[in-house]
Amino acid sequence: MSVDITTVKRVAKLARLAVSDAEAEKMQGELNNIIGFIEQLSEVNVEGVEAMTSVVDTTMRRRDDIVNDGNKVDDIVANAPITEDNFFTVPKVIE
Amino acid sequence: MTDLTKLTIAQAKAKLDAKEITSVELTDAYLSNIEAANGELNAYVSVTADKARSMAKASDERRASGTIGDLEGIPLGIKDLFATQDDHMQAASHILDDFKPRYESTVTSNLWAAGAVQLGKLNMDEFAMGSSNENSYYGPVKNPWKAQGSDKALVPGGSSGGSSAAVASMLCAGATATDTGGSIRQPAAFTGTVGIKPTYGRCSRWGVAAYASSLDQAGSINRDVRDAAIMLKTMASVDLKDTTSVDLPVPNYEAAIGKSMKGMKIGIPKEYRVEGMSKEIEDLWQKGIDWYKAAGAEIVEISLPHTKYALPAYYIVAPAEASSNLARYDGVRYGLRVNGDNIEDMYKKTRAAGFGDEVKLRIMVGTYVLSAGYYDAYYIKAQKVRTLIKKDFEDVFAQGIDVILTPTTPSSAFEIGDKEMASDPVKMYLNDIFTVTVNMAGLPGLSVPAGLDSKGLPLGLQLIGKPFEEETLFQAGHVIEEAAGRFEAKKWW
Repeated sequence: MSVDITTVKRVAKLARLAVSDAEAEKMQGELNNIIGFIEQLSEVNVEGVEAMTSVVDTTMRRRDDIVNDGNKVDDIVANAPITEDNFFTVPKVIE
Repeated sequence: MTDLTKLTIAQAKAKLDAKEITSVELTDAYLSNIEAANGELNAYVSVTADKARSMAKASDERRASGTIGDLEGIPLGIKDLFATQDDHMQAASHILDDFKPRYESTVTSNLWAAGAVQLGKLNMDEFAMGSSNENSYYGPVKNPWKAQGSDKALVPGGSSGGSSAAVASMLCAGATATDTGGSIRQPAAFTGTVGIKPTYGRCSRWGVAAYASSLDQAGSINRDVRDAAIMLKTMASVDLKDTTSVDLPVPNYEAAIGKSMKGMKIGIPKEYRVEGMSKEIEDLWQKGIDWYKAAGAEIVEISLPHTKYALPAYYIVAPAEASSNLARYDGVRYGLRVNGDNIEDMYKKTRAAGFGDEVKLRIMVGTYVLSAGYYDAYYIKAQKVRTLIKKDFEDVFAQGIDVILTPTTPSSAFEIGDKEMASDPVKMYLNDIFTVTVNMAGLPGLSVPAGLDSKGLPLGLQLIGKPFEEETLFQAGHVIEEAAGRFEAKKWW
C-alpha cells in the first residue's frame, strides 16, 4: 500500500499540521518508506492472538473518590501564551 | 588534587562521607567543566548553576546535621523531558518555548529527596524521537568520542544524547534518561557508558513528557554498573499519580553486584545474528559469551522467533501513541502560539512552526495508522504482534533462562549529518533493532560498555532480564565490566 499526495494532505489536516506542497511531497516519500517497512507485519499469523492492552500484568489501582488537588488557577494559566481573567483565550470559534 | 569530576557516584559518596570533600566543591567542579565544555559539546540546554549551588550548600548543611540521603550531595544532569519546577523543560522542542512547569516529576522529586543536586537540563532528540540527538531544536550534541585519526564529530546516540555525552565527558556524575525504543541503551553504547532501562512500571512516568505511553520508561546513564544500581534505587517508586507504576518493593540493587554467576543460564538468541552483522559486533558478542563461561554461567542458545517484527510493530504503536499524546500542543495552554485566521488555522500554524521534521513525520504516521479503516489493519495488528513478542520472552524465561545477552547496537557511533541515515528514516530506525524488543515486551535492559571497535569507538553489550529482576542485570552487567574494563574518551573539547 502507498499513500498519494491527497492522502498526505488529508492526514496532515487530521493531525492539524499546516504543510506546504513541497513539504507534503517530501513527507509522501518518507511515509511510503515507513509504510513499506511496517507492511512486513502482514507475514505474521495472528489468528487467535489477543491484542496487548498492558505490557505488565497489573490490576488497575483505585483511589478514594475524594478531592486531593486543585485551587491552582495561577499555576494552570501561568504558561499560557494569552490569558484573560484566568481563562485561556483563543481566536473566535463561532462566527 | 584528584579531579573530583572523575569520581563515580559511589566514590564521591565515600569521599563526602569521609568529609574529604563537600558537595559545594563537587558541584563547583562540575559547573566549571560544563562552562568550559558545553559550548563545544552542547550537552546541556539549560544550566541551573544558582540552583545547583544552593542545593549543594543545603546538602552540606544536612550532612553536617547528620541527615544523609542515598544520593546526598551528588550532582546530576536531568534530561529535558523531565519536569523540574520553574526551570527549563521543553523536551528539546520549539513548541514548548518558555515553558516552565509549576510542578516536579516524581523521578526528580525522588532524587532531590535523596539529597542529589541538579546541575541543569540535558539536550535530547525532540520529544525523545530519534537515535542521534540531531532532532533537537537546540542543535546536535557532539559525542566526546572521536574515531582514531579523524576529527569528524560523531553523534552521541539518542534520544538521551545529552545524558550520554554529559556522563562520558564528566559534565555530571550521572544523568536521568528515558527509553521508548532504545533511547537509554543506544546512547550509552555509543559513549562507553552504562545505561539502565528498567521494567515498564518500575519508575513513575508522572511529570515526564509523554512520547509513547505504553513504552516510555525512565532510567539513567552512568559511569559504571554500581552507579546505575545506586541511582535506580532512588528513582524507582510506586506513584499514585501514575497508575502504571508498580507497587513492588524496591530492592537494594547494589547488593547484587559481585554475586557469583555460577550455574546461571545466559540465553543467546539466534535471531539477533542478523544478516549483514559486522564481524566486530559478532566478535564482541562472542567475547561476552566467553566471559560468562569463565564466570561459571551456562550458555544456552535460544530462539525469539518474532524478533524481526518488533521494529515494524514499534513504528506503528509508538507513532500512534505519539500522535495522540502530542495533540495537546496546540498553542492554547502552554508554549508557542502562531496566530491564524481562525482557531483551526492557529492550531495548524502553531504545530507546523513548533514541531521539527521527525516529530511531524511520526505524528503523520500515527495519524495515518489510526485513521478510519486502518486502525485494525495496523494498530490492532501491531498490538497482537506485541503479544507474540512478549510470549517469545516468556517462553525462554520459562525454560529457565535467567538473562539474555545481545549486542546493544549494530554499529558504533556514526557521524553527525550521516547522509544515508538522513535520506531514509528507516535506516536511522534500524539503530534500535536490538533494543526495541525489550520495550515492546516491557522488560528491563542494561547496556554495558564491552570493548572498542577498530576505529577506537566504544561498543556495548545488552542484557535483558525478567520483569522486575533488574538485580540480575546489575549482577550480570558487573561481569562484563570486570572483564572489559572502563572506557574513557580522550579529552579534546
